[in-house]
Amino acid sequence: MLNPAALNLLYFARLREAFGRDRETVVMPEPATVDGLLATLQGRGGVWADELSAGRNFRVAVNQTVSGRDQPLRAGDEVAIFPPVTGG
Amino acid sequence: MAERDRIAVQTAAFDVGAETARLAALDRGIGAIASFVGLMRDQNNGDAVQAMTLEHYPGMTESALADIVAEAHGRWALMGTTVIHRVGPLHPGDPIVLVLTASAHRGEAFAACEFIMDYLKTRAPFWKHETTASGGRWVEARDSDDNAAARWNR
Repeated sequence: MLNPAALNLLYFARLREAFGRDRETVVMPEPATVDGLLATLQGRGGVWADELSAGRNFRVAVNQTVSGRDQPLRAGDEVAIFPPVTGG
Repeated sequence: MAERDRIAVQTAAFDVGAETARLAALDRGIGAIASFVGLMRDQNNGDAVQAMTLEHYPGMTESALADIVAEAHGRWALMGTTVIHRVGPLHPGDPIVLVLTASAHRGEAFAACEFIMDYLKTRAPFWKHETTASGGRWVEARDSDDNAAARWNR
């Protein structure tokens, strides 16, 4: 089955500013993964390609849990992309 | 056990005395409460800092803090904890974060308090944006915080 998966993306802090948005919906063909989503976003070029390139330090959380790049994504998942945390 | 652990993310300041009293009243077997208060400094990386804004990820922040507190309970015999983290605009001298840990004796309270702070610094989704004379900037994560958290791996 190759149903498209609509993902709810969130961006925080420096990445929210760099991307000029705090959220958006992105539709990916299933089966989707974090890696596939990142490749799609990098494909936009410009700041997306720069900020999400392999050498940059950022985290991805799926449904509010920090996840690895091979994490599968399903329709309706909340996917947050953010810089390393600096609270406390 | 209801109310044993209190986790809050808020813009308002906190009252260390009132929070300590709340914990102390939970159980007369509590013999030690360790506390940590993090304050906003007026400098960072050699620059004067005039103000700060703390951003967070509502929902994940609370669950990340709850996970950290749960892990602390698994490691030490704690009788209650409090974690309060402020968000929004802050100024030098303002309290940012409060961690209280209650146990029968001081050793477990001290260790758990430090553990919760070390994990909070590296796992809870907060971000600091600071204002200096030359403009605004996002605070970069520090390797020393990762190293502090890694001490607790086993």
